Formats: sequence, structure tokens, C-alpha cells
Amino acid sequence: MGETFVQKVFSKTIGRPVQVGEIIFVEPDYVLTHDNTAAIMKKLDQVKKSIKVKYPERLVIVLDHITPAANSSSAENHKQIRGFVKEQGIIHFSEVGQGICHQRLPEMGLAKPGSIIVGSDSHTCTYGALNVFSTGIDRTEAAAIWITGQVWLKTPHSFKINLTGKFNQGVYAKDLILHIIGKLRADGANYRSVEFHGDAITKFSISDRMTISNMVVEMGGKNGVFPVDEQTKEWLSKRGVIEYEPVWADQDAEYEKEFTFDLSEVEPQIALPHSVDNVKPVSTAKGIKINQGLIGTCTNGRIEDLRISAKILKGKKVHKDVRLLILPASAQIYQQAISEGILSDLVQSGAVILPPGCGPCLGAHQGVMADGEVTISTANRNFKGRMGNKLAFIYLASPATVAASALTGEITDPREFYD
Amino acid sequence: MKVFYYNQDNINTDLMFPGKYTYESSDPEFIKQHLFEDLDPEFSNRVKPGDIVMAGRNFGCGSSREQPAVGLKYCGVRAIIAKSFARIFYRSSTNQGLLLIESPKAVEEYNQGEEVQIDEIKGEISIGNKKYKFPSLPKQMQDILANGGLLKYIKSKSHYFTFSDKME
Repeated sequence: MGETFVQKVFSKTIGRPVQVGEIIFVEPDYVLTHDNTAAIMKKLDQVKKSIKVKYPERLVIVLDHITPAANSSSAENHKQIRGFVKEQGIIHFSEVGQGICHQRLPEMGLAKPGSIIVGSDSHTCTYGALNVFSTGIDRTEAAAIWITGQVWLKTPHSFKINLTGKFNQGVYAKDLILHIIGKLRADGANYRSVEFHGDAITKFSISDRMTISNMVVEMGGKNGVFPVDEQTKEWLSKRGVIEYEPVWADQDAEYEKEFTFDLSEVEPQIALPHSVDNVKPVSTAKGIKINQGLIGTCTNGRIEDLRISAKILKGKKVHKDVRLLILPASAQIYQQAISEGILSDLVQSGAVILPPGCGPCLGAHQGVMADGEVTISTANRNFKGRMGNKLAFIYLASPATVAASALTGEITDPREFYD
Repeated sequence: MKVFYYNQDNINTDLMFPGKYTYESSDPEFIKQHLFEDLDPEFSNRVKPGDIVMAGRNFGCGSSREQPAVGLKYCGVRAIIAKSFARIFYRSSTNQGLLLIESPKAVEEYNQGEEVQIDEIKGEISIGNKKYKFPSLPKQMQDILANGGLLKYIKSKSHYFTFSDKME
């Protein structure tokens, strides 16, 4: 019997075959932390004063959650982190405004196929798009890895998701992953390693794959991974990543469950408040009034997402009752959008461009809603209170759906804007 | 001993500790004040050491924030019994030394007001005269729990500061 992706990565790392269910100790290639770094630093003191981290070159620290600082306490937080970066000799550090951790880490050339990355952020699973085994941990565990260099991981069962066919116009990777989460539900892949297979995936851009891998955690997945192909190689080589060992499941690997989705059967999807698995076709939610649109986040803030949005918004005006907020996922994407003239199109349509970062997604600043207001967002979570107000409502959809809805002032099927 | 009974699925960490507070303070007393704020605003005033939380499927899904686990441990919550737990929350609670027990049957059959007893050694929950078995934890997790959490566990093993090849 062959091995799954996760078995192969773990076997390669510890030098012998691993069984499903087995707990192994590994030294992850990188451990990611963000604005929560300051809180993790304090945990080191609980163990031992003036401790040096074991492998400073394996720490990746990205300031992105409340950036630029919203108040003196978040500013103090950032200041302490900068001090720690100097003191510990951390080389992989990304400053305020450079972008969201899950965009920055791959841009910094650190997401290598076949490697293991953990991060104290639940969306660390995003790098599965680049064939990385990556998963979320908490702050305490990040502190433990800084000290010991090690983490324990249980070898999970795996799901195989076969993707076939071709999207119809106006349907995107976001619609597909929402559709899958709607079918499997919020805990449908709990503890599972999710592998994406099938002819359709070769047509997905790395951006599409990142959107999909990013949201695997919304159905409980431990990680969500794609194989390496020519597109992966090209994307990585542009970021200086040449040497790596891709890993993929054997043909005869054993899966706990298998699913097949035909892309041509998927229509634009929307997740209704207040859970990510409350998914329906956009057409059934048509006409619900919105107050705000949000395009960005680690799910959908890449150049491809901005291009799709600009194509719909160009030469038109955002509805008078709507605020449309746009956050490029990184400064590199921001720069690219400037070069392509996209930002100009977006601003002329009435959109507000926010600095690269997590922004309104976690409800700490920028674009918090008033009671009873509605946002349609390209983010990955619509939990009650997520955007800072438990009396507000969040709908999740693709950039095309958000852009179309921002124009009409109500939830709109983006296919009305094609042809 | 009180039981806080929330027989609903997918109670996420945003409901347990809203994201807007996650970078304000890591002080457990601050966390306690906002614990379960968007789920049960009375919780933080009523919770006492030894209390038990019961919940439905996929408890703790969503963000990897650890404040819910830190807060529940700080309040002295004896254990959480749920139909199932989300992966990161499971690790997070173990890291804080907080006992989690998966027992869909116990949650389903529980009636408001009943006393709940837990025997970790026997792996048994008692509710009135009903008994529910639960499997013992893997050794690694038992050790972490016995030490009162991951950092205390690491502190107890001095070899982590002079690296050795294998963790015990």
C-alpha cells in the first residue's frame, strides 16, 4: 500500500515510514508568528529568563494584523517585536505595510515544496498551494518551538478531492472552495489532510490554489495540498526558489474518503451569516442590501483578484449606499496593481484602498460595521462578531461577486456583468 | 460544581473571545472578563473553579487564538466535554493543561441540572447513575497535562536548553 502526501512528508523527515495515527516529533523548517509575537515573547520568560531561540533563522515574523498601529497598545506591541527581532537576530522579518503573513512568507521564498511549516495562525495551511505541509498552532506551542526547535504532529487520515471539468464564466476558485465547504460542512475534514487531485488543478493559478488551501481549515482540515507542476516551478523560480524536493502521494495511497467535484457544475456561491458552511448559490441570496464590500485578505487579495474586481468596476461607480474597501495582500501586489493601472480604475469607481494587511477581517480596526449593517467580503470567516460587531452580518463570496454587489448595492450574481 | 451546557455545534473561538481584543492584553484576568462574551455574556461572572463546560460538535473551530483555552484554565474549569473538538483548539487546551473529553453520548443525554463527575484514571464520566467511558490520552498529552501545560512541561525538562536529539 502506498503513502499519502502527509505520510511521505513525515516519513522523509524522520527517516522511516510512518503510520496513520502515529505521533511524531519534527523540527519544522519555519515557524510563523505575526502581531502575536509580543505575547509569545512573554511566554519565553515563563520558562527561563533571557532565553535565546534555538534556530533564529527558522523564525518568520510578519507584522500584519493591526497595521499601521491603531492605538498606543498596538504600537507598543510592534515596538517590542522589533526589539526582539534585533536582539535574537531574526532574518525573516516583514514590516508594517509589506503585507499579510500568508502572502509574505511565500513571496519571501520560504514556502518550499515538501517542507514543513507551522504558524500561530489558523490560515497557515495556505502554503499547501505550493506543496508545503503547513498547519496552524497556538501561541504557547510557537513559544515551545522557539525553545526546543520541535513540535509533535499526529499523522492524520487523508481525504482525496478530485477536481474535474472547467469553470463557467464568472465562477472562480473561491466559489469552488465555498461549495466544497458547504458540502463537507464546518467539521467535515476535522484533523484530515486534504489532497487536491484531478485534471482541473493544472489550470488553477497559484493564486487560485492559495485561495483553496487557505480555506481548508474552515472545514476543519489540518492542511490542504496541491502537487507541484510547471506553474508551481515558475512561480517559485520568480521568487528565487530553485532547489526543493516536491512530494506527492503514491497512486495506491489509502484515503479515508474520496470526493469528486465537476467545476462546470459549480455556480457562484455565497456563505450566509454566521457560519462558513452556510453556503448557497449567490442567485438565491440576490437582492439582500449591503452597506460595505471588502476585497482582500489572505484568501483573495492577490493581483488576479484585483484584476477580476477592476474588470467589473472599471468605468462604473460603486453604489451610493456602499463603502467598498480594497486591500492588496502585499506591497508587491500593490505595486503590480499600480503598474497595471488597476488601482486607478478602482479608485475612480469609488473604492477605498487600504494598506496591505489583515485590515477589517479580524474586527480590530478599519471598516468595523455599525449595528445591523451588512458586509459582503472575500475573506474566509463570517462568524458573529468577526469584524468587530456581533450585531452586524457578514457574507462571503468571490471578488467578482463582491465587486458586482458593490455596484448594485445588493447581493448580485456576477454573471450579470459578463458578456 | 456547575455545568455550562451549550448543546450547539461549531462554537468558534471568535464567540469565545472576540478578535478585537486579541492584541489588547494577554493578562488572564483581562481574558476572563471577555470570555464567552458573544456566546454567553453571563459566563465570566458565573464561572467558578471546578465547573464543567459541555458543548456540541467541532467546539473551538476557527481562529488559532489561545485566549479561550487560557481563560478557561485560569477560571479553574475542570474539563470540557463536547461531541467533538476542532483540531487547533484541542492542541491549545492540552498546551494550557486543560482537560478535553470527547463524548457525544454524554452531551446528548445530559439533562440540565444533573451533576457530572469525571474520573480520568478510569476514563469515565458519571452523570447521575449513567456512566460514559472515554479512551485514555496518548502518553505525550498525559505528560503535558500532568505538568499543567506545555511550557511547564518544557521547564521540567532541562535538556531542552541543551538540545538532545529526541524528546521523551
